[in-house]
Amino acid sequence: MPHNSANPIPAREELIRDAVIRLAGNSQDGIQSIGGFLARLAGRSAQEVMTYMTIPATISGGPSIFQVRMGTGEVLSAGDEADFLLAFYQHSYEDHIGFLKEGGVLLYDSDHVKLEEDDHRFVRVGVPISALTVEALGGSSREKGKNLFALGLLSRIFKLDVGKLREIFKERFGGKAEDVLRNVNLAFDAGFSYPIDNVLDRYFSFQSEEESEGPPQVTMDGNTALTLGLIAGGVRHGAGYPITPWSTIMEMLRQQLPRYGGVFVQAEDELAAVSMAIGFSYAGRLAVTGSSGPGISLKMEALGWATMAEIPLVVVNIQRGGPSTGLPTNVEQSDLLQAIHGSHGDCPRVVLAAENVEDCFYIAREACQLARKFSVPVFVLSDMSLASRIEAFDEPDLDALMIEPSLDTEDRPADFKPYDLERITRHAPPGTWVEGGVFPQVTGLEHDEAGHPSANPQMHAKMMKKRRSKIQQIAAELPPSQVFGDREGEVLVVGWGSTWGPIRETVIRERDCGRKIGHLQIRYINPLPNDLGEIFSRYEHILVVEMNDEGLYGYGQLATLLRARYCNPAIRSLNKTDGLTFKIKEIRQGIEAICPSPAATLQAPVQA
Amino acid sequence: MSTATPTPVKAERGVLTKKGLQADHPTWCPGCGDFAVLAAYYKTLEKLDLPQQNIVTLAGIGCSSRFPYFVNTHGGHFIHGRSLPFASGVSLGRDDLHVFVFGGDGDGFSIGGNHLDHAGRKNFRLTYVIMDNFVYGLTKKQTSPTSPQGFKSKTDPWGVFDRPTNPMRKLLSSGATFVARTHATQIKHMMEMYERAALHDGFSVIEVLSECVEFYKGAFDAGNPRKGGAFETIDEEVHDVSDMAAALALAEEPWPGKFGVYYETQQPTKNKLEKDLVEATRQKVGHKSDKELLAKTFASMR
Ligand SMILES: Cc1ncc(C[n+]2csc(CCOP(=O)(O)OP(=O)(O)O)c2C)c(N)n1
Ligand code: SF4
Ligand SMILES: [Mg+2]
Repeated sequence: MPHNSANPIPAREELIRDAVIRLAGNSQDGIQSIGGFLARLAGRSAQEVMTYMTIPATISGGPSIFQVRMGTGEVLSAGDEADFLLAFYQHSYEDHIGFLKEGGVLLYDSDHVKLEEDDHRFVRVGVPISALTVEALGGSSREKGKNLFALGLLSRIFKLDVGKLREIFKERFGGKAEDVLRNVNLAFDAGFSYPIDNVLDRYFSFQSEEESEGPPQVTMDGNTALTLGLIAGGVRHGAGYPITPWSTIMEMLRQQLPRYGGVFVQAEDELAAVSMAIGFSYAGRLAVTGSSGPGISLKMEALGWATMAEIPLVVVNIQRGGPSTGLPTNVEQSDLLQAIHGSHGDCPRVVLAAENVEDCFYIAREACQLARKFSVPVFVLSDMSLASRIEAFDEPDLDALMIEPSLDTEDRPADFKPYDLERITRHAPPGTWVEGGVFPQVTGLEHDEAGHPSANPQMHAKMMKKRRSKIQQIAAELPPSQVFGDREGEVLVVGWGSTWGPIRETVIRERDCGRKIGHLQIRYINPLPNDLGEIFSRYEHILVVEMNDEGLYGYGQLATLLRARYCNPAIRSLNKTDGLTFKIKEIRQGIEAICPSPAATLQAPVQA
Repeated sequence: MSTATPTPVKAERGVLTKKGLQADHPTWCPGCGDFAVLAAYYKTLEKLDLPQQNIVTLAGIGCSSRFPYFVNTHGGHFIHGRSLPFASGVSLGRDDLHVFVFGGDGDGFSIGGNHLDHAGRKNFRLTYVIMDNFVYGLTKKQTSPTSPQGFKSKTDPWGVFDRPTNPMRKLLSSGATFVARTHATQIKHMMEMYERAALHDGFSVIEVLSECVEFYKGAFDAGNPRKGGAFETIDEEVHDVSDMAAALALAEEPWPGKFGVYYETQQPTKNKLEKDLVEATRQKVGHKSDKELLAKTFASMR
């Protein structure tokens, strides 16, 4: 990181690998934007970054936090404990002090926070943030700008690259009135020039990392990555209805698709949204619909139709806490079985799950490919934590990845059949001439090869097999599953979706402690890859980690599925439903519970 | 309903004939009003002489909604109540298509009632024909939203006491830009309404009284001169079709009311507004290729 030579801090410099910084305030304080600036800066400084935030369920006001973990080397989770807590208010301090690790730095706004007198576990740094911000900006600003003041402080303490930060401000605020950017810089400078070294005896700098040769890094949240993945996959049409945390995807699609000649419709409800998306797809325009929790439930009947009529469709579910309205702003992975089985009848479809922000892009694109190739609805499962979390990742290679949509209304031969038993369905959209002049029907009634209703029992069995076997064919074409860590041993930790990071970090630490352990994250939930049975057989224990309930029989949703398929009693389940992402500590304890390590009995309890 | 006996059909490119439009033999009960609705549709298409491959016939679920199987065009038999949003997607996705939707009173006014209001106000370019028989036919004689008070259905064997929907008032208040009413025994009038609806640039909707001979025989005799009723049509010299208040007044007339075009207005269609937005936006981004546009978005996130 370039050294700021004007920096007069005489304090001790501490080299760190990474830092977890939690910012706690109210939602109107703009702490999300400090997080955003930090994340983007990290992305431009060849550092890894991961953020985590809570959005209050109330519309305005209310406590809100933003957590950034940034550093050198791979950052896999948002961090179990904070190294650094910035508390704007008394409630921020009281609610989050338990999260600061002993010896960590507590930075607080001394205008609003009164500390407990005799708590000396932390390095306590009080700064009159509110008063100084008002002073810097003039009286009319009230306390607006506190966030930038705080960012200035952090930049000083962490020796951040101020030049790059100013570039980011300019990009973000340059288009607005001149005084907006000026105020931003004023507030920032006030924080940066605060004599923090009078109260803090050290500052931190990240171990330098070679600027990598690879592609530039891009920084965004999971919903943005997913949206861009859909565009790269050739989706130009769609429909939805607002619901948190899906809404930002539909907002982006509504704004972005016209640039690409497409359209996204805000429908009157989710029933209409899914039906309209199916209408687009039937008309030859691969479409997307999506929602969260309640809205996905409403789509189920129409999704069954899309399986029956064999229509390509991408369905996005940004999962949140359920059931019912549940916990709208918390994370949960409790819609897996619904994604697979939520429609009535034997209704096979594809279900994929994104592991991290970067994967939101790739999996959305892959969903488009599968939907098109196999003429089937494809679910993309993401969740609340991925939706709003910001990560930096390599900019995708669009030359290799971009799929341009095409409308296929070429004439079809006289023997064209929409539901040909010998082939995977590829519909002739309206507008297509069929030689011989017999036009196809698409239908949700069981049908013959031409799409006309048939209640013939043999035909039903044949069509059922047709719809099933194409999904089995997808399984046969999947790439081999990737196991991280030990390829055989005591424990294989299995996860799906956003648990990827915490599981990966856990497995790295467990291996450092000498345990023979591997990690497998399943991206293809339905169909499951064909090689899992063989992989499972190489481990004594298989621990399936999921953010959902242990159910009536003691197993989470993926664990239930894997046990049903492999009848392997070594498959165990680690679940939680507190609405928060997994901590490393929790997974380590789960592993310890099924497979105590001999070393652990000699040492203190597992430290995360 | 009787079982299907497929009839061989053959369409010739560029030549639209009744024979070429026929598909499966209709499975409706003999005497069902829906046969006439179908016959008038064939004749109207023949008259309009559209490219056959660009006609789409869609429906929800119900006796009436079996319609697409009996027409040799691209067709879709969707789910109960959702044919309108489905058809809206087809229409908005493809400006080159002529989209026709058929369905029953339960499909349109009950389970799908909300969609009418939004398809109407958004003014998608398509034609919707509600084949109203005042009863649930397919599920065998339950009360429908248009069943009149006193009608003895299986779910109201003592006689319906809930007030029925006023179909024309509902259609008018949906914001539909063309609203008409006709009777399945009046083929010429039906054809005239279809043709005007098909040529209307916007969301056009027609209520056609189509008798269910199985479960509500004689329901529409009052509008059928051959059964001693009166088929009174709207005189457009007197009724101004652009006058919503006058249209609503017509909707309040006592049974059997009047037949014809209640309301017609020209409003920009959703199809056009979205297309204009696309054109303006494409202009703004300098007609760049999709890859260039996406690359630019990524670059802004570095
Ligand atoms: C979601 C759903 N609910 C109920 C049904 C059963 N159902 C099929 S058609 C129908 C009503 C049909 O009445 P209408 O729409 O008036 O059509 P008609 O048969 O009279 O032409 C019902 C309730 C269904 N298919 N789907
Ligand atoms: S609407 Fe009535 S008459 Fe017509 S097919 Fe259905 S049951 Fe038979
Ligand atoms: Mg009916």
